[in-house]
Formats: sequence, C-alpha cells, structure tokens
Amino acid sequence: MASRTVVGQSIDKLDGPALVTGQAVYTDDFTLPGMLFDRILWSPRAHARIRAIDTAAAECLPGVRLILHYGNVPRVAYTTAGQGFPEPSPYDSFIFDQKVRFVGDRVAAVFADNLIAAQEAVGLIQVEYEDLPAIFEPEEATQPNAPIIHDEEEIRGAFDPRHNLVSQLDLKIGDVEQSLAQATYRAEGTWITPYAQHVPMETHIVISYLDEWGRLVLRSSTQVPFHARRIIARLLDLPIQKIRVIKPRVGGGFGGKQEILLEDLCALATLRTRRPARIELSRKEEFVSARQMHPMKVQVRLGADSGGQLQAMEMRVLANTGAYGTHGSTVFFNTGSKTLPLYNKAPNVRFVGDVVYTNLPVAGAYRGYGATEGYFALECAIDQLAAKMGMDPLLLRRKNHIREGETSPIFIKLGEGREGVEQTVQSCGLDRCIELGMKAFQWDERRKKPRRIGPDRARGVGMSILMQGSSIPQVDMAAASLRMAEDGSFHLFLGATDIGTGSDTILAQIAAETIGVSTDRFTVYSSDTDFSPFDKGAYASSTTYLTGQAVYKAAFAVRNQILGIAGLWFKVEPGTLEIRQGVVFNQQGARLTLEEIGYRSYYLADQQQIEASASALSQASPPPFSAHFAEIEIDLETGIVRPLDYVVAVDCGVAINPELAKGQVLGSLMNGIGFALSEELLLSSRGVALNPNFLDYKIPTSLDLPRIEIIPVETNEPTGPYGAKSVGEICINGPLPTLANAIFDATGIQMKEAPFTAERVWRALKRNE
Amino acid sequence: MQLSFRLNGSATQWEDVHPGENLLEALRRHGCWEVKGNNCTHGECGACTILLDGIPVPSCTVFAARVEGRNVDTIRLLGDPDHLHPLQQAFLRHGAVQCGYCIPGMLLSAHALLVRNPHPNREEIKQSLSGHLCRCTGYLQQIEAIEEIAGLPEGAE
Repeated sequence: MASRTVVGQSIDKLDGPALVTGQAVYTDDFTLPGMLFDRILWSPRAHARIRAIDTAAAECLPGVRLILHYGNVPRVAYTTAGQGFPEPSPYDSFIFDQKVRFVGDRVAAVFADNLIAAQEAVGLIQVEYEDLPAIFEPEEATQPNAPIIHDEEEIRGAFDPRHNLVSQLDLKIGDVEQSLAQATYRAEGTWITPYAQHVPMETHIVISYLDEWGRLVLRSSTQVPFHARRIIARLLDLPIQKIRVIKPRVGGGFGGKQEILLEDLCALATLRTRRPARIELSRKEEFVSARQMHPMKVQVRLGADSGGQLQAMEMRVLANTGAYGTHGSTVFFNTGSKTLPLYNKAPNVRFVGDVVYTNLPVAGAYRGYGATEGYFALECAIDQLAAKMGMDPLLLRRKNHIREGETSPIFIKLGEGREGVEQTVQSCGLDRCIELGMKAFQWDERRKKPRRIGPDRARGVGMSILMQGSSIPQVDMAAASLRMAEDGSFHLFLGATDIGTGSDTILAQIAAETIGVSTDRFTVYSSDTDFSPFDKGAYASSTTYLTGQAVYKAAFAVRNQILGIAGLWFKVEPGTLEIRQGVVFNQQGARLTLEEIGYRSYYLADQQQIEASASALSQASPPPFSAHFAEIEIDLETGIVRPLDYVVAVDCGVAINPELAKGQVLGSLMNGIGFALSEELLLSSRGVALNPNFLDYKIPTSLDLPRIEIIPVETNEPTGPYGAKSVGEICINGPLPTLANAIFDATGIQMKEAPFTAERVWRALKRNE
Repeated sequence: MQLSFRLNGSATQWEDVHPGENLLEALRRHGCWEVKGNNCTHGECGACTILLDGIPVPSCTVFAARVEGRNVDTIRLLGDPDHLHPLQQAFLRHGAVQCGYCIPGMLLSAHALLVRNPHPNREEIKQSLSGHLCRCTGYLQQIEAIEEIAGLPEGAE
C-alpha cells in the first residue's frame, strides 16, 4: 500500500480546468446551422383518451416544420428505463399514445426554426380529450373496479396491469408472525416519503443530427449512452450500426438521466426533416415530466428478545410508480435488499409489497434507489425499539449489525427485480464507523445534556447506520480500452459515464497506478458509442468498482506490452523489469523512457500497437457502510428544525481519490438533508404539480449547511480495484432517519412523514400537547 | 438594435440584439458558451451569473439592452485552462467541482466577494454563495476553497 503513488491521492479532476473556465463542454454549448427547436405539448389531463388532435392551425404558423403525435409515429411498447437488456422494467410506454396517464404526459412535439414559433404552435394544437376515471392515491390502485391505467394490449413485463400492479412480492424467511408474538420488545410504524425530484442543474437535453454518412448522431445529457442507443434503435427500427450516441460533460444526473426521455423525439425530427434538432426541458418540465423518487409507504415491524437481539423484521412497502413503471420493480426490491441485510442476525424476515400505477408523475431511478425510503423506516423503527428497551440506540445497532465474513439470506433472495446473488461481506468497517463517529460526535457526552434548552427550544441527537452496494452482480458489464501513443501518453476510452462524479479521473488514476505513470499523461474519452467500449453506464454505484476492474485489467495488459518491448530492447525477460514514474528500469538500473519505447514500437523495430481492452462483470456487490450522527435544534413554537452538527463516518474501501470521495459524501448528504427538511413535489387532488420551481421547491443552499465532519474509514475490499468499493449513493440515505431520530430524542415524537417541514413538525407538537 | 459595452474588458458591439432578449440568451447567441444555465430563466439557480460592473447578477434576469455602456465580465475574466486563477485552482484542489455546471457563476460571486472583502468569514462566504444552487457538492468544499484563498497573505494572488 505504501508504494502506491497515484491511487489514494487527491489529484485534481482531469476535466477540472475546462469546467472551472466554462469551456463549451455540455450538450447545449454547441449549435448547428438549420437546427430545429422543440417545444412539447404536455397533457393537462390526468387520465384521458385523445378523441381527436388537430394540428392544422399550428402547422400553418411560419417556421413550424414538424409536429409529432400519436397519429404519425411508430407504436412500439418500450420502457424509458436505461437498464441492461432485457430490462427488468415493464414495456408500458410509447413515443406517443392515444391515451394520456398523468398531468405532464406527452401529447405532441413541435419542431420549428426557433423556440418562439415552436411555443406558439404548441398553443394552437387542438386536442379533444375524453376524461377517464383517475387514480390519485396508491391505495386505490388495487381496489376492485379501479380504473385500469395500462389497458393497452402491448404491455409486457408488469406483474398484473389489470390491477395496476407493476410488481408484487412476498418474501418470507422463517416465521415473522410467530417470532413477533414471542418477542419481548416490539416496534412498528409506517413511514411515508413523498415525490421528490433529482434537480440536476442541467435539465435533460438532446441535440441530434445526421453525420456525413447519413448516420444518426445523438448528443445527449445521459447516464446511459449504450442503453440509449439500443433502446432508440429498437423504437425507431434502425440498426444499432446507424446510431451514434455522444455523451459530452453532463450537468448532473442522480438517476434522473438513467432514462431515455427525449432522444426518441429528437431522432425522429432529424430523420424526418434531415435537419439537426434540439430538445431541452425547462425547469418546470424537469420537475413535472422528468422522473421522481418513488413515493413510498414503508411499514416496519421489529421484534427483539430480552437481550436486544433482533428476532423478527418485517418490511411492507407500498410504492407509487406513477403513470409508468420505469425502475418500478427494481427500486422496490432494493428497498429491501439494501437495508435488511444490515441486521443479518434476525432469523425471521419478511419483505412484502406492491408497486402500483397511479395517474401521477412518473417515478424512476434516484440516487439511493429505494434504500432511502427503506432506511427511513428501518432506522427509525430501530430507535423506537431502543426507546422501548431503554437502551442506547447505538448499542442496539452494535448488537445486531452485519460484520466482516458474514452473509445474509437476503443477498440471494432479493436481486434486481428477480433473485439475487449469494455473497459474503469481505470488507466491513461498520464497527469502526460507529466507533470513530461516536467519538468525533461525542455521542455519549451529548446524550447526557438536557434536551430542553429554552422555553421554546429543544435539542436532540440521532444516528443511523447504512449500507448500499457496488454494482449489480452478474448483470452489468463494463469495459475499457487503453492505448499508448509514441510520446508515452495514454488514451483511455471508456463507456463509463462521468456525470460529474469524477469517474474519468478516478479511472485514469487506476490505470496510471497499474502502469507506473502519473495521470498527467492521460486523456480520457467518455463516452461515445462509436469509440468507447461498452459500459452499462453511470448507475448502481458501479463505476469505480466495476469499470475500475476493467481499467485495471486493460492497464495491466498494456503494462505487460510495454515491458515486453523493453525486454526486447534490454534482451532480458520482461518479468525482471519494472516501471517507475514513466521509466522502465532493468535490474542494473538502466533506464528506458516510455517515449523511447513508443517511438521504437511505432516506427523503428518490432512495430506494434500498444493497446489493450478488457472487460469486467462483477460477481458480488460489496456494500460500503456508513454511520451518521446529528444534533438538531428545534423551535417548539414554530416547528423549525435546524441541523447543527453532522458527522459521517464512511467505509468505501480504499478511496481512490479521497477529495472526490468526500465530494460524493457531501453532495449526497445535502441532498438527503433536503429530503428530510424541505423537498416535496406537491400535487393537487387532481394530480397537478403545485411547486415545480426553485422558489417553491426548496433544495438546500449554502445557508442550510450544518457543521459537517467526514471521517473516512478505510477497509480493503479484496474484489475491488486497489481495494475500492462504492461511495456515490450510500450517504443520501442517512439524513431522513438521522434527523428524525434526533427529533424523536428532542421531543419524544417520531416524525413518520417526510419532509419534516416546520408546519408538519408544529402540527405533530400540537397533537402531542 | 445595436449594443455597445465592454465584455471581459474588450469594447464590444453587437448589431442584432432583440429588445426583449435577456443577457444570457444574447451572450450565448454570440458564442459566450461559458455562461451556463439557460433552463431556469428566473434568476433562481444562479448558474448564469455574470459580473455587471463588478456586481454578480444572474444574466437571465437582465435585459441585454440594459448593459449599454456597462462592463460585463464572464468567467473568462478569471483565467483560461492553461492559466487558472488561484481561486479556480483552489476549487479544484478542494474537490469543489463535480459536474461543474454551477461553478463559473459561483466562482464569479466568490471573486466579487473577495474583491470587496479580501478576508471574509465563513458566514459571509456562505452568504455570497447562497444564490447559487448546486446539487452535486453540498457547498462545503467551495467554502473551504474560498477560505484558503481568503487566508492567503495580501497580494498573494
């Protein structure tokens, strides 16, 4: 470990200089002559059939070139979920349908010479709707005689669309009922999370054009360029060969761009008009018509024996996927699979639930991927149990959490919408996360302080523990290609999708460490489906762990090629040579630079390309672990909750780039604090979004930042590249239970519905009086 | 309509500005791709921030016509990829840049703060960034980067 020179260093992001100087790196920082601009007509109805659509007036408007609607596009059932093939999400979407299923569903798209004409034309389209009974409450979806939201005959892959069920599961290990009946201590409750939006600073945007060979090029702000290419090819009946997807720099994704939302329309416009086309969602459209976190009701029941050993855990989930089932079953499975193994010693476990359609905005993948909702319920139930036992909730967790060398039956029972993969936890720093976190936070000292600190003020402390995964085992593949030029510089080609996470830099660090050079020599390309090797894309906390393995293998092969050439030069066995800081040394200390090797290999002797590709498929999904601690202050008169201090200890294996890993923790943490305190997409009783803008939907600003301390807890994951696991998602799950537990500590009230706005807390305080 | 102003210190004339056009649109239409964020258009996210006579403002909230005779500075004021400003270097060193979309605007607000007040405290730094929404980072690393620059001896820039 001590000999590592690149891995473990907080080097600057390789794309950093371009980003801090505002270079034209994003999808929209680019224009083409003759480009068409799009505006979309969104449904004002929650559930309706389109009886007639009249575009005549709109078409007459000067500058309008094309109007797409259900009557003039191919009808192919598909899923917008950018997942591996075959996707575990149902095929329940169409480019346009004669039916609209939520306020904000697509009705038509206008392409015009400029945005003003396109917008005006949208207003001139006449649509006659036949309203249908709609479902606005998830509980109503499965009632007898409920309207059927997906009555199309083409639907495939949903559990029971006649009853609005995308997914249903009842998984039993042991006998939960009997165990609960015998338990000395029990805890239970139902915890509720609302619609919440990803809010990437760059909204969804695509630019399409035909290249000089007549091939379709899609320049898209996407997390999944290869899945986008495959899905668009099928939708538009084009060979994959005829499509190129370019991912420029992306202005944030968080799961929202693991969706194929606009590429189909843009592609159709370009194919029909032979002109470049551009679609960008406005902020309001991003809030309403892009994707959301699944609103969930998660009921948890726990039972423990007199010593505090968990004997039974039950989690019942009702997840609302909205009008389409994208990521519906997989997010739901992860609500259990990413949470229940944390307490692996309970012999009786039940995970049961429904994922239902409603006529509301569409939920999809969101950083945390269902674990966020699960941890809110589970970790609050643990605190309730501890309170009933009169035990420190930290001690209760210590008695029960998973440890190194252990497994959980959940790993094999619950996968991605299907069965999972057996695995033993080979690296687990959770006990140290708890130990170091509680010391830094001064947990014991703070728990001794009085809760009431003024006539109208109270304080409280809370904690939670977490795990996530790293990649989807035995499903998703990643590859990397690495090439050396004659000057000893390297091109690293990746299908992996850096969406701001810094993965280009981290993967270059893995390659550089493996070869024995610095990252200054690297140029990283990600991603372009014409040039990048395949990669599933940026999701499931997989890039560092999984693509990192592919990069390691490719770099190891390139290193061996370099040593082979050097061996010819020195006339020695390559195994006797080594590379240090870009120079090959033989055992006598003679030197050969990579430049010398490059020039020899490309021009002078034994000419050959120095290049290798490699791929990786993970066999496990090693969990990162984390412990969160917070102190809050609560104004008992107004209900305002203010987090004062927040300590996070996190085990992500070996952090390839500690500063970038810290950035992942901080960003996900603040997003989670937003979930806990302010973020909720409000909907009217008829499904109309009420706050789709930044003034009314509050994401945290710099003023909301508590004092934060991040404690890295290093472990060495034997299956990961240089010991690395994931860190991108885990910490978004912490603030909901941690802050709820702190409110519980301060007031004795368990907040069971997020977010904990002043109004909601105030009402809870009043009820309690 | 015609517009004369100073852009990043250079006398600039645009001949084709529409009276209703906001400065963000006009800048991007004239190739100033460094001004990001043409999706909120209500001055709420801060990504399109420029300096107008040294004061940070979201360019989507200013009519282009309003900058006649005035000084507009974009992130090009600070540095280019080969000659980064110390503040830009500090942002990178502290891991304060993830997707980067909000960063040019944030850097300009931080720069304006440091010009006005070379040694701000943490609260003042937080205030200066409060008009910039960032979903990737959580703001702490930017604050630490600005504190590092603010802590440098006078004239270190």
